[in-house]
Formats: sequence, C-alpha cells, structure tokens
Amino acid sequence: MNQVISFIRQPVVVALVLIVALLYLGQLLSPGFASGGQILRLLIVAALLGIVAAGQNVVILGGREGIDLSVGGIVSLSAIIAGNVMNGADSGILPAIAACLAAGAFFGLLNGLGVTLLRIPPLVMTLGMLGVLQGLLVVIRMGIPSGQAAPALSRFVTQPLVFGLPGIIWLWIAVGLLMAFMLHRTVFGHRIYAIGSNEHAAYMAGVPVRPMRIALFVISGMFAALAGLCLLGYSGSSFANVGEQYTLTSIIAVVFGGTSLAGGKGGYTGTMAGAVLLVILQGILTTVNIDESGRQMVFGATLLLLMTFYGRGRAMRV
Amino acid sequence: MAEIATGPMSRRVGSIRRLLERYPFLPALGIVAALFLLNGFFSPASLSYRALTGLLSTYMALILLSIAQTYVVYAGDIDLSVGSILSLVNVTIIVLMERWGGGAGAVLLSLALGLLLGLACGLVNGLVVAALRLQAIVATFATSIFFTGLALYILPVAGTPAPTLFWRTYGGRLFGLPFVFYILAVLLVLLFMLARTRLAAQLLAVGDDRQAAYQTGLPVVSVRIRGYLLCGLFAALAAFCITGDTASGDPLVGGKMTLYSVAAVVLGGSALAGGWGTVVGSLLGALTIGLINSLVFFMGTPSEWQNFMQGLAILLVLMAGVLAGRRARP
Repeated sequence: MNQVISFIRQPVVVALVLIVALLYLGQLLSPGFASGGQILRLLIVAALLGIVAAGQNVVILGGREGIDLSVGGIVSLSAIIAGNVMNGADSGILPAIAACLAAGAFFGLLNGLGVTLLRIPPLVMTLGMLGVLQGLLVVIRMGIPSGQAAPALSRFVTQPLVFGLPGIIWLWIAVGLLMAFMLHRTVFGHRIYAIGSNEHAAYMAGVPVRPMRIALFVISGMFAALAGLCLLGYSGSSFANVGEQYTLTSIIAVVFGGTSLAGGKGGYTGTMAGAVLLVILQGILTTVNIDESGRQMVFGATLLLLMTFYGRGRAMRV
Repeated sequence: MAEIATGPMSRRVGSIRRLLERYPFLPALGIVAALFLLNGFFSPASLSYRALTGLLSTYMALILLSIAQTYVVYAGDIDLSVGSILSLVNVTIIVLMERWGGGAGAVLLSLALGLLLGLACGLVNGLVVAALRLQAIVATFATSIFFTGLALYILPVAGTPAPTLFWRTYGGRLFGLPFVFYILAVLLVLLFMLARTRLAAQLLAVGDDRQAAYQTGLPVVSVRIRGYLLCGLFAALAAFCITGDTASGDPLVGGKMTLYSVAAVVLGGSALAGGWGTVVGSLLGALTIGLINSLVFFMGTPSEWQNFMQGLAILLVLMAGVLAGRRARP
C-alpha cells in the first residue's frame, strides 16, 4: 500500500494523471480538443518550452539558488540571429545553428563566470543579463530586418518527418534521452546532483565545483538558443521579444516536473511532463470562449492549485 | 574580532567595515552621488531644481515598489507580483475615481480602497507562500498572472484619464514646494518609524535563519504573511504615484517594474537570501536605476543603443552592489 502511495505521489505520475485529466476536460469543453492533430500541435509548442526547460533544469539541479532568468532573452536573441543568418535560404541553416549555439554559450558563460568568480547570486546575475540582452535586441532590431526562417527549418518544426511526427518532436525526444543519459549515467550528471545537494561535501570529494557551475549555465544558454532557433521555424519570422514568456514558464515546467528549486533533487523526465501539462492548460484556456482577463485569472489560479500538488515546503518543527 | 589584527592597514579596513556594518547603504549612496555628478557633467541642466523634481516624481513609484519588495526580501522571500499589484491598484482607483465623479471625496475614498486592495493582494501572496508553503518565486509569479487578469477585467485597455484634481496635486506645489518633496519627507519618516518596529526585526530574524527564528518562538508564518502585507501596502502607494505621474490607467503599467524592483533591492546592498538589508538602500537603488536611465540619455547615446547601455550599466552596478554588500556583512 505504501508503495502504491509513494508511486502515486511521484511528480511524473502526478503530471501524467493531470495531463490525461486536462485532455479529457478540454475534450468536454470543446470537442476535438484531444484529437490527434490538435495534440500534435500542442506537443510542438511543448517541445519548444521543454527544450528551454532542459537548460533551466540543470541550472536549478545544481543548487545554490541556481536559476536562469536570462533564458527568455537568449531565446529572442537566438531567433533574431538565426533569421538573419539564414534569411530564408536552406543553405544558411548550418551557419545559423552554429551562430545561435555560440551566442547562447557565450551569454551562458558570462552568467557562469559572474556566478562563480564574482559570487553574484544567480538570480541577480541572470536578471542583469536579461536587461543587457533586451537592450541588445533593440540594437539588432533597429539595425537590420528581423529575417526569415529557411523553408527546411519550418518544415522540420511544423511538418511530419518520421512516423507522422515533426522533426522537433524527435529532437525533443533526443534531448530527453540525452538528458536522462547525462544526468543518470555520466560522472558529470552525478556531479550535478552532488553540488546541488551539498556543495561543500562535493568540493571536499574533489568535484570541480566552479567549472561545473559555469558549464551548467553554458548548457542552459545553449538549450535556450536551440529553442530560439526552433521557435523561428515555428513562427516563420522573428519578432520583438518572442522569447520573453519562456523565462518564467520554463521555471514552472521544472517545478511541475518535481525538481526542487533548492537543487539536487529531480530530473528531466518530470520536466518534460511538466512542459506538456503547462501547454495543455494554456491550450484549453485559448479554446474556451472567455476574455483575456478571465483566461489569465483562471490560468494564475490553476497554476497555484497545481503547485499545491507538488513539493510544498516542510512545516516548521522544533 | 578584526580589532585584534595589528597594523595601520588592517585597522583602516576594519573601520570601513564597521562603517558599512552601521550604514550598509553607503556604497549605494556613493553610486548615486557619482551618477549625479556624471549627469551634471554631461548636462548641467539635469541638476536643476526642476529636473530633480521631475526625476523624483517619475521614479517615486519605483522607489516605493522597491521598498515594498525589500520587506519580503528581509524575510528571505521574494514577490514577483509587485508590478501587477501596482497595475491592479492603478486601474482600480482610476475606474473608481471616474465613476464617483473625480471630486476630493471620491479621490480619497478611492485611495482608501486602493490601499485595502493592495493589502488584500499582499494577504493572498502571504497565504500561498507562507501558509501553503509554495515556493515564493513560482507562487508569486502565478498570483501576478491572476492580478493581471483582474486588472484587465477592470480596465481592458489603457487610457482612462485620472481626474484633474489628482494629477494636478501630484505634479503640483504645496506652500511653494513640489508635492513629491512632501511625499518623500513623509516616506522617510514612515520608513524610520517602521525600522524601529518589532516587525522589521522579526522579518530580518526570519530571513537570517528561519529555523532558529522558529525555535526562538517567533510566529514565522505570521511574520512572513505580515511582510507580504507590508509589501502589498507599499505597492498600492507606488500605484498612487504612478497614477499621479502618468495621469491615466493602464492594466499592464507595472509589468516591467517587478524586475527593476528586485534589481533596486540588490543595488541597495540588501541580501536576496534575507536577513540583511535596509529600505533606504532600496530607495537609493531605485534612484540609481533612474539616474542611469537619464545619464545614458544625456550622454547622447544613439537611441537604439540606450536600452543596451542601461542594461549593461545596471548589470555592472548590480555586481558592484553585491560585492560591496558582501564586504559589509558581519
């Protein structure tokens, strides 16, 4: 019995149950919501969020108040860079991927250096970096046109590739497998959990804490950049602050996946389920016929309600 | 025990540290002074009485919002909904004042209800964070979505004007002095009094070590809730100032201000982890952001580069603020 209860209380299971319940609710509210094509569309949106959340996840797992508020800025920047580099031509895709990942890694590196060498709290460092990135977006937008997605990239994101699933879903599955392998089968992954649960002990055990932490922010920047590239494929052309919403939704996806914001506990499988859950919730709210104001109120209240299902803090005990 | 170390050098470091311990906002004050000088260097007119009044009336809302944020940061919490509380109170008082005719009585009654609304929002935040024990960052983000929805419901599009009486008073003069100066004076007295209350000490104690505070017998949950209440109250006051400054209602006016308020708290030398900080520092932090924005403008930065320069300058002073703040901590 206890085993059953602990199984049910697992965040992944909670998220999956909620996903099924929400799909059922969506189908009730608007018949056709849970159809194959509609679910596929939701999964594409979830994949974009899920890829950003992968980076957010490792930073949060690394502990010491780890959080990356700059991911939204990096997503936007990457979408603009990609649009300009490829400019509607398939031949520009590879250079665009290289440029985006380099930009994401660069800003992630700056975040990591600030957090480790100067010991700036991650929230402050990445918040400041978000301001810089938003400024940079203005500079780029005023200087050059926003650019177009290459047709192949748009096809990759929106059209079926193998077994009826678009390339981006396969990419997300690949990211999921990569993350699972990295977190649970490599020394690097074990070290993330080690510094996340007890940094000092990890340091004493010989874990290179600072390089690790820098690497986590670089990974986060690169995942955000990858998502920005895919987002360009999804929307066709990049526009102002297209990635802004990803900053806080990626954190919520991680929390809904059962990863503790305190670090050292959680994983990416849950985060994937969390991303799907969040996107389905948004999907339901856009299909039901209510004002923007009502939609936001219901969204906010539902987020709070769902959060109560997940790791609430412990009560104070003497 | 720095006094034990001998030599003139270490003694000097020790005295600086003592000074910083006593007045942790000194680095922020230095940055503000330097920014004033730079502003004056690039544009002497920016130090005129008139320009300073303008600066104060524009940034008074951010100052109050940063102070609001400080009280929850004291207790080791954070409030990502302050901007949406500001928006909500802004549209609510605008709609009420218009509906009731815009006379003096209507304005005062609307402001009183605005304060209550701010308190109610703070109570909601306090309950979900302290009583339900949700994680502050994500929980207050969720409440901010809710508050924004409510603001959009009350006033779907920006634009309803404030009664003339209201913004004329805010932007006008009283006994020959600009009205914002009185606001600042009252605010300083209020902050001074609040700093002497038991609540301020309790918030800092809870932020310093929650478990220890609990074991000492402090009602931790209720202290944290009261921190959020204070936050909601100051966010409502900030809303009054933004209403006076913009003279209109906008359901999204505070959206961008939340993160600035967090930045101002850090600029002021307070620790985001809680247990250490001053509200005066946050006031100076908010002024720093305002002065950086005007400095970038006065330096003749090309318009497309202004946001970037502002972001970069704020990042740099944030780093400086954290480094200086750490030195000051006992």
